[in-house]
Amino acid sequence: MAKLEVNIGSLRLKNPVLTASGTFGYGLEFADFIDLNALGGFIVKGTTLHPRQGNDYPRMVETASGMLNCVGLQNKGVDYFCDVIYPQLSGFDTNVIVNVSGSSPDEYAECAARIARLERVPAIELNISCPNVKDGGMAFGVTVSGAASVVRAVRKAYPKTLIVKLSPNVTDIVEIAKAVEGEGADCVSLINTLMGMAIDIERRRPMLSISTGGLSGPAVKPVALRMVWQVARAVNIPVIGLGGIMNARDAIEFLMAGATAIQVGTANFIDPSVTVKIVKGMDEWLEAHGCKSVDEIIGALNV
Amino acid sequence: MKKYQLDLIVRRVERLRDDYVVLHLTHHQPLPTMLPGQFVEVKVDKSPTTFLRRPISINFVDEANNELWLLVHVVGEGTRAMANLECGSKLDCLLPLGNGYMMPETPGGRYLLIGGGVGTAPLLYYGYMLRNCGCEPTFLLGGRTADDVMQLGLFEQTGPTYVTTEDGSMGECGYVTAHTVLGRQSFDRIATCGPKPMMMAVAAYAAAHGIECEASLENLMACGLGACLCCVEKTDEGNVCVCKDGPVFNVKRLQWQNSK
Repeated sequence: MAKLEVNIGSLRLKNPVLTASGTFGYGLEFADFIDLNALGGFIVKGTTLHPRQGNDYPRMVETASGMLNCVGLQNKGVDYFCDVIYPQLSGFDTNVIVNVSGSSPDEYAECAARIARLERVPAIELNISCPNVKDGGMAFGVTVSGAASVVRAVRKAYPKTLIVKLSPNVTDIVEIAKAVEGEGADCVSLINTLMGMAIDIERRRPMLSISTGGLSGPAVKPVALRMVWQVARAVNIPVIGLGGIMNARDAIEFLMAGATAIQVGTANFIDPSVTVKIVKGMDEWLEAHGCKSVDEIIGALNV
Repeated sequence: MKKYQLDLIVRRVERLRDDYVVLHLTHHQPLPTMLPGQFVEVKVDKSPTTFLRRPISINFVDEANNELWLLVHVVGEGTRAMANLECGSKLDCLLPLGNGYMMPETPGGRYLLIGGGVGTAPLLYYGYMLRNCGCEPTFLLGGRTADDVMQLGLFEQTGPTYVTTEDGSMGECGYVTAHTVLGRQSFDRIATCGPKPMMMAVAAYAAAHGIECEASLENLMACGLGACLCCVEKTDEGNVCVCKDGPVFNVKRLQWQNSK
Protein backbone atom coordinates (compact mmCIF):
# COMPACT_ATOMS: atom_id res chain seq x y z
CA MET A 1 0.00 0.00 0.00
CA ALA A 2 1.34 3.41 -0.98
CA LYS A 3 1.56 6.20 1.56
CA LEU A 4 -1.52 8.34 1.01
CA GLU A 5 -1.09 10.76 3.89
CA VAL A 6 -0.89 14.46 2.99
CA ASN A 7 -0.72 17.68 4.97
CA ILE A 8 -2.68 20.89 4.51
CA GLY A 9 -0.72 23.29 6.66
CA SER A 10 -0.83 21.70 10.10
CA LEU A 11 -3.82 19.56 9.15
CA ARG A 12 -2.97 15.91 8.55
CA LEU A 13 -5.17 13.95 6.16
CA LYS A 14 -4.88 10.17 6.12
CA ASN A 15 -5.49 10.34 2.40
CA PRO A 16 -6.16 13.16 -0.08
CA VAL A 17 -9.90 12.45 -0.47
CA LEU A 18 -12.35 14.90 1.05
CA THR A 19 -16.00 15.51 0.27
CA ALA A 20 -17.24 18.80 -1.12
CA SER A 21 -19.52 20.94 0.99
CA GLY A 22 -23.18 20.75 0.09
CA THR A 23 -22.87 17.32 -1.48
CA PHE A 24 -22.34 15.22 1.62
CA GLY A 25 -24.82 16.63 4.14
CA TYR A 26 -23.30 16.27 7.60
CA GLY A 27 -21.61 13.03 6.59
CA LEU A 28 -24.12 11.04 8.64
CA GLU A 29 -26.40 10.71 5.60
CA PHE A 30 -23.69 8.50 4.05
CA ALA A 31 -22.79 6.42 7.10
CA ASP A 32 -24.94 3.49 5.94
CA PHE A 33 -22.93 3.25 2.73
CA ILE A 34 -19.32 3.90 3.70
CA ASP A 35 -16.98 3.98 6.67
CA LEU A 36 -16.56 7.74 7.10
CA ASN A 37 -13.26 7.11 8.88
CA ALA A 38 -11.82 5.85 5.60
CA LEU A 39 -11.86 9.41 4.21
CA GLY A 40 -9.21 12.09 4.55
CA GLY A 41 -12.05 14.17 5.89
CA PHE A 42 -15.46 15.48 5.08
CA ILE A 43 -16.62 19.03 4.67
CA VAL A 44 -20.10 19.60 6.02
CA LYS A 45 -22.69 21.78 4.36
CA GLY A 46 -22.43 25.57 4.23
CA THR A 47 -23.11 27.01 7.66
CA THR A 48 -24.09 30.59 8.40
CA LEU A 49 -24.40 32.59 11.61
CA HIS A 50 -28.19 32.61 11.33
CA PRO A 51 -30.53 29.94 9.90
CA ARG A 52 -31.37 30.26 6.20
CA GLN A 53 -34.27 28.82 4.24
CA GLY A 54 -32.45 28.85 0.90
CA ASN A 55 -34.15 29.45 -2.42
CA ASP A 56 -37.51 28.24 -3.63
CA TYR A 57 -38.04 24.97 -5.48
CA PRO A 58 -37.10 24.07 -8.21
CA ARG A 59 -33.49 24.14 -7.18
CA MET A 60 -31.96 21.54 -9.45
CA VAL A 61 -31.86 20.56 -13.08
CA GLU A 62 -29.93 17.76 -14.71
CA THR A 63 -27.75 18.95 -17.59
CA ALA A 64 -25.31 17.34 -20.01
CA SER A 65 -22.78 15.49 -17.83
CA GLY A 66 -23.72 17.50 -14.80
CA MET A 67 -26.33 19.43 -12.95
CA LEU A 68 -27.29 22.95 -11.98
CA ASN A 69 -28.34 23.82 -8.46
CA CYS A 70 -29.55 26.95 -6.71
CA VAL A 71 -30.01 25.63 -3.17
CA GLY A 72 -28.86 28.93 -1.71
CA LEU A 73 -27.17 27.88 1.54
CA GLN A 74 -30.18 26.42 3.31
CA ASN A 75 -28.99 25.54 6.81
CA LYS A 76 -30.11 25.76 10.41
CA GLY A 77 -27.35 28.10 11.52
CA VAL A 78 -24.06 27.69 13.38
CA ASP A 79 -25.60 27.18 16.82
CA TYR A 80 -27.66 24.26 15.53
CA PHE A 81 -24.49 22.79 14.10
CA CYS A 82 -22.59 23.21 17.36
CA ASP A 83 -25.39 21.97 19.63
CA VAL A 84 -27.06 19.25 17.59
CA ILE A 85 -24.78 18.03 14.81
CA TYR A 86 -21.32 18.36 16.32
CA PRO A 87 -21.96 15.91 19.18
CA GLN A 88 -22.91 13.31 16.57
CA LEU A 89 -19.70 13.89 14.59
CA SER A 90 -17.09 14.16 17.31
CA GLY A 91 -16.58 10.40 17.59
CA PHE A 92 -15.29 9.96 14.06
CA ASP A 93 -11.61 9.34 13.41
CA THR A 94 -11.39 11.67 10.44
CA ASN A 95 -11.28 15.40 9.85
CA VAL A 96 -14.61 17.16 10.11
CA ILE A 97 -14.30 20.49 8.34
CA VAL A 98 -17.08 23.07 8.39
CA ASN A 99 -17.87 25.21 5.36
CA VAL A 100 -18.67 28.76 6.54
CA SER A 101 -20.59 31.44 4.70
CA GLY A 102 -22.04 34.83 5.53
CA SER A 103 -23.31 38.20 4.32
CA SER A 104 -20.57 40.39 5.79
CA PRO A 105 -16.97 39.94 6.94
CA ASP A 106 -18.13 40.30 10.55
CA GLU A 107 -20.74 37.62 10.11
CA TYR A 108 -18.17 35.23 8.62
CA ALA A 109 -15.81 36.00 11.48
CA GLU A 110 -18.42 35.46 14.19
CA CYS A 111 -19.49 32.16 12.66
CA ALA A 112 -15.84 31.06 12.39
CA ALA A 113 -15.17 32.06 15.99
CA ARG A 114 -18.00 29.85 17.24
CA ILE A 115 -16.68 26.91 15.25
CA ALA A 116 -13.13 27.56 16.50
CA ARG A 117 -14.34 26.49 19.96
CA LEU A 118 -15.20 23.00 18.70
CA GLU A 119 -12.24 20.87 19.64
CA ARG A 120 -12.82 18.16 17.03
CA VAL A 121 -13.15 20.54 14.08
CA PRO A 122 -9.58 21.27 12.98
CA ALA A 123 -10.35 23.47 9.98
CA ILE A 124 -12.96 25.56 8.24
CA GLU A 125 -13.51 26.23 4.58
CA LEU A 126 -14.64 29.76 3.84
CA ASN A 127 -17.25 29.90 1.13
CA ILE A 128 -16.72 33.16 -0.71
CA SER A 129 -18.00 31.61 -3.89
CA CYS A 130 -21.65 30.53 -3.56
CA PRO A 131 -23.34 31.75 -6.75
CA ASN A 132 -26.87 31.30 -5.38
CA VAL A 133 -27.29 33.94 -2.70
CA LYS A 134 -27.92 37.63 -3.26
CA ASP A 135 -25.93 38.94 -0.33
CA GLY A 136 -22.45 37.73 0.43
CA GLY A 137 -21.30 34.41 -0.97
CA MET A 138 -19.85 34.92 -4.40
CA ALA A 139 -20.14 38.70 -4.12
CA PHE A 140 -16.99 38.56 -1.97
CA GLY A 141 -15.20 35.98 -4.02
CA VAL A 142 -15.18 37.76 -7.36
CA THR A 143 -13.03 40.74 -6.42
CA VAL A 144 -9.59 40.88 -4.89
CA SER A 145 -10.71 43.43 -2.30
CA GLY A 146 -13.86 41.48 -1.37
CA ALA A 147 -12.02 38.20 -0.98
CA ALA A 148 -9.27 39.85 1.04
CA SER A 149 -11.74 41.59 3.35
CA VAL A 150 -13.44 38.37 4.38
CA VAL A 151 -10.22 36.42 4.87
CA ARG A 152 -8.70 39.29 6.88
CA ALA A 153 -11.69 39.38 9.24
CA VAL A 154 -11.83 35.61 9.66
CA ARG A 155 -8.08 35.17 10.08
CA LYS A 156 -8.24 37.36 13.21
CA ALA A 157 -11.05 35.26 14.65
CA TYR A 158 -9.92 31.79 13.62
CA PRO A 159 -6.56 30.35 14.67
CA LYS A 160 -6.85 26.87 13.13
CA THR A 161 -6.46 25.74 9.52
CA LEU A 162 -8.24 28.17 7.22
CA ILE A 163 -9.18 26.98 3.75
CA VAL A 164 -10.74 29.45 1.31
CA LYS A 165 -12.99 28.14 -1.45
CA LEU A 166 -12.63 30.12 -4.65
CA SER A 167 -15.12 30.98 -7.35
CA PRO A 168 -14.38 30.17 -10.98
CA ASN A 169 -16.71 32.99 -12.05
CA VAL A 170 -13.88 35.51 -12.29
CA THR A 171 -11.57 36.94 -14.91
CA ASP A 172 -8.39 35.83 -13.17
CA ILE A 173 -8.63 33.27 -10.37
CA VAL A 174 -4.88 33.51 -9.75
CA GLU A 175 -5.04 37.07 -8.48
CA ILE A 176 -7.86 36.16 -6.08
CA ALA A 177 -5.86 33.17 -4.83
CA LYS A 178 -2.81 35.36 -4.26
CA ALA A 179 -4.87 37.93 -2.38
CA VAL A 180 -6.31 35.25 -0.14
CA GLU A 181 -2.85 33.84 0.49
CA GLY A 182 -1.64 37.34 1.32
CA GLU A 183 -4.28 37.63 4.05
CA GLY A 184 -3.09 34.49 5.77
CA ALA A 185 -5.20 31.67 4.35
CA ASP A 186 -3.59 28.27 4.92
CA CYS A 187 -5.03 26.72 1.78
CA VAL A 188 -7.30 27.42 -1.17
CA SER A 189 -9.88 25.01 -2.55
CA LEU A 190 -11.22 25.35 -6.06
CA ILE A 191 -13.49 25.40 -7.92
CA ASN A 192 -16.95 26.17 -6.63
CA THR A 193 -19.69 25.82 -9.24
CA LEU A 194 -19.74 27.69 -12.53
CA MET A 195 -22.76 29.93 -12.97
CA GLY A 196 -25.13 28.56 -15.55
CA MET A 197 -28.70 28.42 -16.74
CA ALA A 198 -31.25 26.07 -18.29
CA ILE A 199 -34.50 26.97 -20.02
CA ASP A 200 -37.81 25.19 -20.47
CA ILE A 201 -38.62 26.23 -24.03
CA GLU A 202 -42.29 25.16 -23.86
CA ARG A 203 -42.97 27.44 -20.92
CA ARG A 204 -40.34 30.00 -21.99
CA ARG A 205 -39.15 30.04 -18.43
CA PRO A 206 -35.89 29.30 -16.62
CA MET A 207 -35.77 25.81 -15.13
CA LEU A 208 -34.53 27.12 -11.77
CA SER A 209 -36.47 29.28 -9.32
CA ILE A 210 -33.90 32.07 -9.33
CA SER A 211 -33.16 31.66 -13.06
CA THR A 212 -29.46 30.85 -12.65
CA GLY A 213 -27.58 28.21 -10.71
CA GLY A 214 -24.21 26.61 -10.22
CA LEU A 215 -23.00 23.96 -12.65
CA SER A 216 -21.20 20.93 -11.27
CA GLY A 217 -20.28 17.45 -12.39
CA PRO A 218 -17.93 16.12 -15.08
CA ALA A 219 -18.98 18.95 -17.39
CA VAL A 220 -16.85 21.38 -15.37
CA LYS A 221 -13.81 19.17 -14.82
CA PRO A 222 -11.57 20.55 -17.59
CA VAL A 223 -12.20 24.10 -16.39
CA ALA A 224 -11.51 23.13 -12.79
CA LEU A 225 -8.35 21.29 -13.71
CA ARG A 226 -7.02 24.27 -15.66
CA MET A 227 -7.69 26.63 -12.76
CA VAL A 228 -6.09 24.31 -10.20
CA TRP A 229 -3.01 24.07 -12.39
CA GLN A 230 -2.80 27.87 -12.77
CA VAL A 231 -3.30 28.55 -9.06
CA ALA A 232 -1.00 25.79 -7.81
CA ARG A 233 1.89 27.28 -9.79
CA ALA A 234 1.22 30.78 -8.47
CA VAL A 235 0.77 30.34 -4.71
CA ASN A 236 2.91 28.82 -1.96
CA ILE A 237 0.05 27.39 0.09
CA PRO A 238 -1.53 23.98 -0.61
CA VAL A 239 -4.36 23.74 -3.10
CA ILE A 240 -7.37 21.45 -2.82
CA GLY A 241 -8.81 20.58 -6.22
CA LEU A 242 -12.43 19.85 -6.99
CA GLY A 243 -14.82 19.98 -9.90
CA GLY A 244 -16.37 16.97 -11.56
CA ILE A 245 -14.23 14.27 -9.98
CA MET A 246 -16.01 10.97 -10.57
CA ASN A 247 -13.26 8.39 -10.09
CA ALA A 248 -9.66 7.81 -9.08
CA ARG A 249 -8.29 8.78 -12.50
CA ASP A 250 -9.98 12.16 -12.27
CA ALA A 251 -8.58 12.62 -8.77
CA ILE A 252 -5.06 11.78 -9.93
CA GLU A 253 -5.35 14.36 -12.70
CA PHE A 254 -5.99 17.03 -10.09
CA LEU A 255 -3.05 15.87 -7.97
CA MET A 256 -0.76 15.98 -10.99
CA ALA A 257 -2.03 19.48 -11.75
CA GLY A 258 -0.75 20.51 -8.35
CA ALA A 259 -3.51 19.79 -5.85
CA THR A 260 -2.41 18.34 -2.51
CA ALA A 261 -5.87 16.95 -1.85
CA ILE A 262 -9.16 16.69 -3.71
CA GLN A 263 -12.85 16.94 -2.95
CA VAL A 264 -15.56 14.72 -4.36
CA GLY A 265 -18.86 16.53 -4.83
CA THR A 266 -21.64 15.76 -7.26
CA ALA A 267 -20.40 12.17 -7.69
CA ASN A 268 -21.69 11.46 -4.16
CA PHE A 269 -25.22 11.86 -5.51
CA ILE A 270 -24.72 9.15 -8.06
CA ASP A 271 -22.70 6.74 -5.98
CA PRO A 272 -22.70 7.28 -2.21
CA SER A 273 -19.68 5.00 -1.88
CA VAL A 274 -17.62 6.68 -4.62
CA THR A 275 -15.23 8.34 -2.15
CA VAL A 276 -13.89 5.09 -0.73
CA LYS A 277 -13.62 3.70 -4.26
CA ILE A 278 -11.48 6.71 -5.16
CA VAL A 279 -9.18 6.16 -2.17
CA LYS A 280 -8.78 2.52 -3.20
CA GLY A 281 -8.32 3.34 -6.87
CA MET A 282 -5.71 5.95 -6.09
CA ASP A 283 -3.77 3.47 -3.98
CA GLU A 284 -3.95 0.82 -6.69
CA TRP A 285 -2.76 3.26 -9.34
CA LEU A 286 0.21 4.34 -7.21
CA GLU A 287 1.13 0.71 -6.55
CA ALA A 288 0.84 -0.18 -10.22
CA HIS A 289 3.09 2.71 -11.15
CA GLY A 290 5.74 2.01 -8.54
CA CYS A 291 4.98 5.07 -6.42
CA LYS A 292 5.65 4.65 -2.72
CA SER A 293 3.85 7.84 -1.78
CA VAL A 294 1.17 10.06 -3.19
CA ASP A 295 3.66 12.92 -2.80
CA GLU A 296 5.40 11.60 -5.90
CA ILE A 297 2.50 12.61 -8.13
CA ILE A 298 1.44 15.92 -6.56
CA GLY A 299 2.35 18.61 -9.08
CA ALA A 300 4.30 16.01 -11.02
CA LEU A 301 3.07 17.17 -14.39
CA ASN A 302 5.52 17.12 -17.29
CA VAL A 303 4.86 20.26 -19.25
CA MET B 1 -33.94 2.30 8.82
CA LYS B 2 -30.62 1.22 7.43
CA LYS B 3 -30.14 2.05 3.76
CA TYR B 4 -28.44 -0.25 1.32
CA GLN B 5 -26.66 0.04 -2.01
CA LEU B 6 -27.44 -3.20 -3.81
CA ASP B 7 -26.97 -4.56 -7.30
CA LEU B 8 -30.46 -5.94 -7.82
CA ILE B 9 -31.10 -8.42 -10.60
CA VAL B 10 -33.84 -7.90 -13.16
CA ARG B 11 -35.95 -11.04 -13.07
CA ARG B 12 -38.73 -9.86 -15.34
CA VAL B 13 -39.83 -6.73 -17.20
CA GLU B 14 -43.62 -6.74 -17.30
CA ARG B 15 -45.02 -4.46 -19.98
CA LEU B 16 -48.32 -2.86 -18.91
CA ARG B 17 -48.47 -0.47 -21.83
CA ASP B 18 -46.03 1.02 -24.34
CA ASP B 19 -44.80 3.51 -21.78
CA TYR B 20 -45.39 1.66 -18.50
CA VAL B 21 -43.41 -1.31 -17.22
CA VAL B 22 -43.12 -3.10 -13.92
CA LEU B 23 -39.56 -4.15 -13.14
CA HIS B 24 -39.44 -7.31 -11.05
CA LEU B 25 -36.14 -7.13 -9.19
CA THR B 26 -34.53 -9.64 -6.91
CA HIS B 27 -31.28 -10.22 -5.03
CA HIS B 28 -29.26 -13.26 -4.08
CA GLN B 29 -29.89 -12.40 -0.43
CA PRO B 30 -33.21 -11.55 1.20
CA LEU B 31 -34.22 -8.01 0.30
CA PRO B 32 -34.17 -5.49 3.15
CA THR B 33 -37.43 -4.60 4.88
CA MET B 34 -39.25 -1.86 2.96
CA LEU B 35 -42.28 0.15 3.95
CA PRO B 36 -45.10 1.30 1.66
CA GLY B 37 -44.43 4.81 0.40
CA GLN B 38 -40.66 4.47 0.54
CA PHE B 39 -38.66 4.68 -2.67
CA VAL B 40 -35.57 3.48 -4.47
CA GLU B 41 -32.88 5.56 -6.23
CA VAL B 42 -31.96 3.72 -9.42
CA LYS B 43 -28.69 4.22 -11.27
CA VAL B 44 -29.34 4.14 -14.98
CA ASP B 45 -26.65 2.71 -17.22
CA LYS B 46 -26.74 2.63 -21.01
CA SER B 47 -28.18 6.14 -21.21
CA PRO B 48 -25.38 8.65 -21.76
CA THR B 49 -27.70 11.60 -21.22
CA THR B 50 -28.85 10.35 -17.82
CA PHE B 51 -26.54 11.69 -15.15
CA LEU B 52 -28.43 11.38 -11.88
CA ARG B 53 -30.21 8.42 -10.35
CA ARG B 54 -33.95 8.13 -10.84
CA PRO B 55 -36.20 7.98 -7.77
CA ILE B 56 -38.91 5.34 -8.20
CA SER B 57 -41.53 4.47 -5.60
CA ILE B 58 -41.93 0.94 -4.30
CA ASN B 59 -44.86 -0.61 -6.12
CA PHE B 60 -44.90 -3.94 -4.32
CA VAL B 61 -42.70 -6.26 -2.29
CA ASP B 62 -43.34 -9.92 -2.98
CA GLU B 63 -41.64 -11.46 0.03
CA ALA B 64 -42.41 -15.04 -0.97
CA ASN B 65 -40.46 -14.58 -4.19
CA ASN B 66 -37.92 -12.10 -2.76
CA GLU B 67 -39.03 -9.56 -5.37
CA LEU B 68 -39.24 -5.80 -5.40
CA TRP B 69 -41.51 -4.26 -8.01
CA LEU B 70 -40.95 -0.83 -9.49
CA LEU B 71 -43.62 0.66 -11.74
CA VAL B 72 -41.81 2.84 -14.25
CA HIS B 73 -43.48 5.41 -16.48
CA VAL B 74 -41.30 6.11 -19.49
CA VAL B 75 -41.01 9.90 -19.62
CA GLY B 76 -37.44 10.41 -20.83
CA GLU B 77 -34.15 8.77 -21.68
CA GLY B 78 -33.47 7.46 -18.18
CA THR B 79 -36.81 5.75 -17.69
CA ARG B 80 -36.64 4.45 -21.28
CA ALA B 81 -33.33 2.77 -20.52
CA MET B 82 -34.94 1.22 -17.43
CA ALA B 83 -37.87 -0.07 -19.47
CA ASN B 84 -35.42 -1.64 -21.93
CA LEU B 85 -33.48 -3.57 -19.30
CA GLU B 86 -32.89 -7.20 -20.09
CA CYS B 87 -33.66 -10.07 -17.76
CA GLY B 88 -30.61 -10.98 -15.72
CA SER B 89 -29.07 -7.52 -15.91
CA LYS B 90 -28.02 -5.71 -12.76
CA LEU B 91 -29.48 -2.50 -11.44
CA ASP B 92 -27.57 -0.44 -8.85
CA CYS B 93 -30.20 0.66 -6.33
CA LEU B 94 -30.18 2.65 -3.09
CA LEU B 95 -32.97 1.47 -0.82
CA PRO B 96 -35.16 1.82 1.09
CA LEU B 97 -35.26 5.63 1.11
CA GLY B 98 -37.56 8.14 2.79
CA ASN B 99 -40.48 7.70 5.12
CA GLY B 100 -43.50 5.67 4.14
CA TYR B 101 -47.20 5.97 4.83
CA MET B 102 -48.36 5.57 8.41
CA MET B 103 -48.86 1.95 9.36
CA PRO B 104 -51.77 1.29 11.73
CA GLU B 105 -51.20 0.30 15.34
CA THR B 106 -54.61 -1.33 15.62
CA PRO B 107 -56.70 -3.29 13.09
CA GLY B 108 -60.03 -2.30 11.67
CA GLY B 109 -59.40 1.12 10.17
CA ARG B 110 -61.14 2.09 6.94
CA TYR B 111 -58.54 3.52 4.57
CA LEU B 112 -59.21 5.23 1.29
CA LEU B 113 -56.20 5.18 -1.02
CA ILE B 114 -56.53 7.65 -3.90
CA GLY B 115 -54.08 7.48 -6.78
CA GLY B 116 -53.72 9.10 -10.18
CA GLY B 117 -51.68 7.84 -13.12
CA VAL B 118 -48.32 6.38 -12.12
CA GLY B 119 -49.07 7.70 -8.62
CA THR B 120 -51.14 4.60 -7.99
CA ALA B 121 -47.89 2.61 -7.76
CA PRO B 122 -47.13 2.87 -4.01
CA LEU B 123 -50.79 2.41 -3.07
CA LEU B 124 -50.80 -1.22 -4.16
CA TYR B 125 -48.19 -2.18 -1.56
CA TYR B 126 -49.75 0.12 1.03
CA GLY B 127 -53.17 -1.44 0.55
CA TYR B 128 -51.69 -4.92 0.73
CA MET B 129 -49.89 -4.13 3.98
CA LEU B 130 -52.98 -2.47 5.45
CA ARG B 131 -55.02 -5.55 4.68
CA ASN B 132 -52.33 -7.71 6.35
CA CYS B 133 -52.73 -5.51 9.43
CA GLY B 134 -56.45 -6.19 9.54
CA CYS B 135 -57.52 -2.87 8.06
CA GLU B 136 -59.89 -2.29 5.16
CA PRO B 137 -58.26 -0.58 2.19
CA THR B 138 -60.48 0.88 -0.51
CA PHE B 139 -58.88 2.10 -3.71
CA LEU B 140 -59.95 5.03 -5.83
CA LEU B 141 -57.91 5.23 -9.01
CA GLY B 142 -57.99 8.08 -11.50
CA GLY B 143 -56.74 8.45 -15.03
CA ARG B 144 -57.31 10.52 -18.14
CA THR B 145 -58.48 7.41 -19.96
CA ALA B 146 -58.92 3.71 -19.19
CA ASP B 147 -55.37 3.13 -20.46
CA ASP B 148 -54.00 5.14 -17.55
CA VAL B 149 -55.42 2.76 -14.96
CA MET B 150 -52.68 0.26 -14.22
CA GLN B 151 -52.71 -3.04 -12.31
CA LEU B 152 -56.47 -2.94 -11.86
CA GLY B 153 -56.70 -6.68 -11.22
CA LEU B 154 -54.13 -6.52 -8.42
CA PHE B 155 -55.94 -3.65 -6.75
CA GLU B 156 -59.25 -5.49 -6.99
CA GLN B 157 -57.68 -8.54 -5.31
CA THR B 158 -56.56 -6.34 -2.43
CA GLY B 159 -59.71 -4.36 -1.72
CA PRO B 160 -62.80 -2.69 -3.20
CA THR B 161 -61.60 -0.62 -6.14
CA TYR B 162 -63.31 2.34 -7.82
CA VAL B 163 -62.17 4.14 -10.93
CA THR B 164 -62.68 7.55 -12.48
CA THR B 165 -61.51 8.63 -15.90
CA GLU B 166 -61.65 12.10 -17.36
CA ASP B 167 -63.11 10.80 -20.62
CA GLY B 168 -65.44 8.29 -18.98
CA SER B 169 -63.81 5.32 -20.73
CA MET B 170 -63.66 3.42 -17.43
CA GLY B 171 -65.54 3.86 -14.16
CA GLU B 172 -67.18 7.17 -13.42
CA CYS B 173 -66.48 10.18 -15.62
CA GLY B 174 -64.59 13.02 -13.95
CA TYR B 175 -62.05 13.55 -11.21
CA VAL B 176 -61.43 11.25 -8.26
CA THR B 177 -62.75 13.80 -5.78
CA ALA B 178 -66.18 13.69 -7.49
CA HIS B 179 -66.59 9.91 -7.27
CA THR B 180 -69.92 8.83 -5.73
CA VAL B 181 -68.21 6.39 -3.33
CA LEU B 182 -67.15 9.43 -1.32
CA GLY B 183 -70.81 10.19 -0.66
CA ARG B 184 -71.82 6.62 0.10
CA GLN B 185 -69.08 5.54 2.50
CA SER B 186 -67.08 7.08 5.26
CA PHE B 187 -63.37 6.59 5.86
CA ASP B 188 -61.04 7.00 8.82
CA ARG B 189 -57.95 7.94 6.84
CA ILE B 190 -56.96 8.89 3.33
CA ALA B 191 -53.66 8.36 1.54
CA THR B 192 -52.92 9.81 -1.87
CA CYS B 193 -50.28 9.86 -4.55
CA GLY B 194 -50.44 11.36 -8.02
CA PRO B 195 -50.41 14.68 -9.83
CA LYS B 196 -50.17 17.61 -7.45
CA PRO B 197 -53.49 19.24 -8.44
CA MET B 198 -55.21 15.92 -7.68
CA MET B 199 -53.49 15.57 -4.32
CA MET B 200 -54.36 19.17 -3.46
CA ALA B 201 -58.01 18.43 -4.23
CA VAL B 202 -57.86 15.26 -2.12
CA ALA B 203 -56.23 17.20 0.73
CA ALA B 204 -59.00 19.81 0.53
CA TYR B 205 -61.65 17.07 0.61
CA ALA B 206 -59.97 15.46 3.64
CA ALA B 207 -59.73 18.79 5.45
CA ALA B 208 -63.39 19.57 4.74
CA HIS B 209 -64.44 16.22 6.18
CA GLY B 210 -62.03 16.16 9.09
CA ILE B 211 -60.16 13.08 7.84
CA GLU B 212 -56.44 12.58 8.39
CA CYS B 213 -54.68 12.50 5.03
CA GLU B 214 -51.18 11.69 3.86
CA ALA B 215 -49.76 12.53 0.44
CA SER B 216 -46.62 11.30 -1.29
CA LEU B 217 -44.68 13.96 -3.22
CA GLU B 218 -42.33 13.47 -6.13
CA ASN B 219 -40.18 16.60 -6.28
CA LEU B 220 -37.10 16.51 -8.49
CA MET B 221 -34.27 14.91 -6.57
CA ALA B 222 -30.55 14.52 -6.92
CA CYS B 223 -29.15 12.46 -4.03
CA GLY B 224 -32.27 10.94 -2.43
CA LEU B 225 -30.47 10.95 0.93
CA GLY B 226 -31.09 14.45 2.31
CA ALA B 227 -27.63 15.70 1.38
CA CYS B 228 -28.13 18.00 -1.61
CA LEU B 229 -31.25 19.85 -0.41
CA CYS B 230 -32.61 20.10 -3.95
CA CYS B 231 -36.02 18.45 -3.54
CA VAL B 232 -37.40 20.76 -0.87
CA GLU B 233 -41.06 21.38 -0.14
CA LYS B 234 -42.43 24.24 1.93
CA THR B 235 -43.95 22.97 5.17
CA ASP B 236 -44.95 24.26 8.58
CA GLU B 237 -41.27 23.81 9.49
CA GLY B 238 -39.91 25.65 6.46
CA ASN B 239 -38.17 23.96 3.53
CA VAL B 240 -37.69 20.25 4.16
CA CYS B 241 -36.31 17.51 1.93
CA VAL B 242 -38.96 15.39 0.24
CA CYS B 243 -36.43 12.56 -0.02
CA LYS B 244 -35.57 12.38 3.67
CA ASP B 245 -38.43 14.01 5.56
CA GLY B 246 -40.98 12.65 3.06
CA PRO B 247 -41.87 11.63 0.45
CA VAL B 248 -45.01 10.99 2.50
CA PHE B 249 -46.33 13.95 4.48
CA ASN B 250 -49.45 14.59 6.49
CA VAL B 251 -51.13 17.15 4.25
CA LYS B 252 -51.61 19.48 7.23
CA ARG B 253 -47.87 20.15 7.07
CA LEU B 254 -47.86 21.14 3.41
CA GLN B 255 -48.22 24.63 2.00
CA TRP B 256 -48.63 23.37 -1.59
CA GLN B 257 -46.58 26.15 -3.10
CA ASN B 258 -44.84 24.09 -5.76
CA SER B 259 -48.08 23.32 -7.49
CA LYS B 260 -46.75 23.27 -11.04
